[in-house]
Amino acid sequence: MSNDSNTTLDQWAEQSDYKWGFVTDIDADTLPPGLNEDVIRIISRRKEEPEWLLKWRLGAFEKWKLMTEPEWAHWPDHDWRPLDYQAISYYSAPLRDEDRPQSLDEVDPKLLETYEKLGIPLAERAALAGVAVDAVFDSVSVATTFRDKLAESGVIFCSFSEAVKDYPELVKKYLGKVVSRTDNFFAALNAAVFTDGSFVYIPKGVRCPMELSTYFRINQMNTGQFERTLIVADEGAYVSYLEGCTAPQRDENQLHAAVVELVALEDAEIKYSTIQNWYPGDENGVGGIYNFVTKRGLCAGDRSHISWTQVETGSAITWKYPSCILKGDDSIGEFYSVALTNNYQQADTGTKMIHVGKRTRSNIVSKGISAGKGHNTYRGLVKILPGATEARNYTQCDSMLMGTDCGAHTFPVIEVENPTAQVEHEASTTKIGEDQIFYCNQRGISSEDAVSMIVNGFCREVFAELPMEFAVEAKALLAVSLENSVG
Amino acid sequence: MSLLEIKNLHASIEGIEILKGLNLTIEPGQVHSIMGPNGSGKSTLARIIAGEDVYSVTKGSILLNGKSLLDMDPEERAQEGIFLAFQYPVEIPGVSTKYFLRTAVNSIRAHRGLDELDAYGFLKLVKEKAAWVELDPALLDRPVNEGFSGGEKKRAEIFQMAMLEPTMCILDETDSGLDIDALRIVAAGVNQQRSPERGFLVITHYQRLLGYIVPDVVHVLLDGRIVRTGGKELALELEEKGYGWIEKEVAVGA
Ligand SMILES: Nc1ncnc2c1ncn2[C@@H]1O[C@H](COP(=O)(O)OP(=O)(O)O)[C@@H](O)[C@H]1O
Ligand SMILES: [Mg+2]
Repeated sequence: MSNDSNTTLDQWAEQSDYKWGFVTDIDADTLPPGLNEDVIRIISRRKEEPEWLLKWRLGAFEKWKLMTEPEWAHWPDHDWRPLDYQAISYYSAPLRDEDRPQSLDEVDPKLLETYEKLGIPLAERAALAGVAVDAVFDSVSVATTFRDKLAESGVIFCSFSEAVKDYPELVKKYLGKVVSRTDNFFAALNAAVFTDGSFVYIPKGVRCPMELSTYFRINQMNTGQFERTLIVADEGAYVSYLEGCTAPQRDENQLHAAVVELVALEDAEIKYSTIQNWYPGDENGVGGIYNFVTKRGLCAGDRSHISWTQVETGSAITWKYPSCILKGDDSIGEFYSVALTNNYQQADTGTKMIHVGKRTRSNIVSKGISAGKGHNTYRGLVKILPGATEARNYTQCDSMLMGTDCGAHTFPVIEVENPTAQVEHEASTTKIGEDQIFYCNQRGISSEDAVSMIVNGFCREVFAELPMEFAVEAKALLAVSLENSVG
Repeated sequence: MSLLEIKNLHASIEGIEILKGLNLTIEPGQVHSIMGPNGSGKSTLARIIAGEDVYSVTKGSILLNGKSLLDMDPEERAQEGIFLAFQYPVEIPGVSTKYFLRTAVNSIRAHRGLDELDAYGFLKLVKEKAAWVELDPALLDRPVNEGFSGGEKKRAEIFQMAMLEPTMCILDETDSGLDIDALRIVAAGVNQQRSPERGFLVITHYQRLLGYIVPDVVHVLLDGRIVRTGGKELALELEEKGYGWIEKEVAVGA
């Protein structure tokens, strides 16, 4: 633990510009930094995993060693240190496994206090909003609520490690089927060392009775976060899943390489919403999270439907392309995104829509906001395969610039291999001008309110896709993230 | 106490002096008009009163009800009662006019110690005031000024003025680009808002508008200074003879 241990949460909150940048003082059980086969064996043994999963991890690790870290675009003003994978610790738990709390009452009060600070009083919020919360603290799940209610309808919502123990057949059937363990450098790393995450299974014909929600939080110094989420919606099932995260302030860059796999069978629908608010680094570009995530959904069955909605305001660098493979006939893929970069942040995000089945449809709405010296890139692929008769895509890609030192970039790729397909792409770039701000000021509206009003207006199509409370949170988050970005 | 009192105002932009010692006093209830050729500094004056910070005020003072405006941010000035109907109203994509105005109304109300208007109260007010300038309420669901015709923009400005109930209204060439019917409607909307407490500064290029909004005082602005002040007949004289004769007289006098 760092020397911040005796600093109180309040002091942290006050000292920090980053409103939610405080560190919780909890007894840690952290592996020393470094990555080799032994580390993977230790992780697997700690988690009492079956032999097949250990083999799966080791296979991924073998491949990973042969892969090279991808290079990201170097926009002006950005000078990122390369990552040292041997300097990262790959496992940490707030408590030893056998001491892990079995219910909320047993949860470390400081952790609950942390949730309070984040505006997420776990128990209350869960009860009030009817949301089941699988709270991931560092790498191990410490609380899962509403399990009983979900169980009534046959819904499985648990930590990944529990799923491995309790539902090995389901995990074995779907793990790595959408994002293979060697898909890319970071997905392979995740497959080798992932410590926990969430597992959801919605049985045939079941509409999940509540929105499922997970809060992630990086806490330990030097701890890479490798979450793994797997959501399976069986035939005719429906689920809406919310993922939100905030992280404490620190100086080193931290790697976050999560993998999310979604599988929708015939007539099933999965809505996956994210608010990403990892620590973005300070106003000089020091510190911040490297957020290199692989998210992909498979519309496996006919008429299945997967929808990604994301609000990305955090992290020093974000690389993220939540994608859909539209395999079933008449299946639908959607991607709604707001990405905001301020100071020295970079976001490189977008989606891939792979049309395989007949009459498959996809809809992409991307809103990039750049302020300060931030850079925002939309990178997208719409691919219509030969069998995708009468496939359709609509892409709308809008950029907003605040000031003159930031940048917006778009790299849309369209590959059409079936002549009956219809693909539409629209793009725009706007600037928040001094004249707009002055006009608002003249009507009694402060510059900050003006910016937040203009930005929220710009993002409205995406916010409309978010569940109500999430939309409110997202608006607040944009306002906070843009504070002091107008002069 | 005067409503607006400007004394020896000097202001420049990018090192060029635009206003060169301007004096102007407006009493509550009065309508003043400023006329002058293009480039004489009319819009500059309006925007400086409203607080746009691209201009630097190098000398002089501006008081509203005895309070110095120069120390205030533009939003504070608006809250204190300054309203500027822009010569070129600005478009704000993605923000509905209603939402924009509700934010504006409530921030001004908060400053005046009044409760927030609820949705019902707000819409009632919108309906009433939109009628003053015969503005189609459907327009107000569209983004601020976006896709509005020239005439709609000007009417929307006067409608906003009615909604915000300012004490000092500045109209910058609200008549430009309006046909005669629209001009009449806009003028009627302004006249509806005249009151013993409220002052108006009507900036215009032509006498035409002043036939509908009858001023108490007419000033001629020339090269950053007020060079003539008179009654409404001065506007007619300018209409007849143009600005040339004043320019000559000023040159001779200088
Ligand atoms: N942003 C600016 N930069 C440089 N000069 C300006 C700027 N705005 C106005 N001016 C100059 O100031 C003078 C007065 O302009 P303005 O106040 O718009 O005149 P009017 O409204 O009377 O036509 C003009 O000479 C104009 O060129
Ligand atoms: Mg002008």
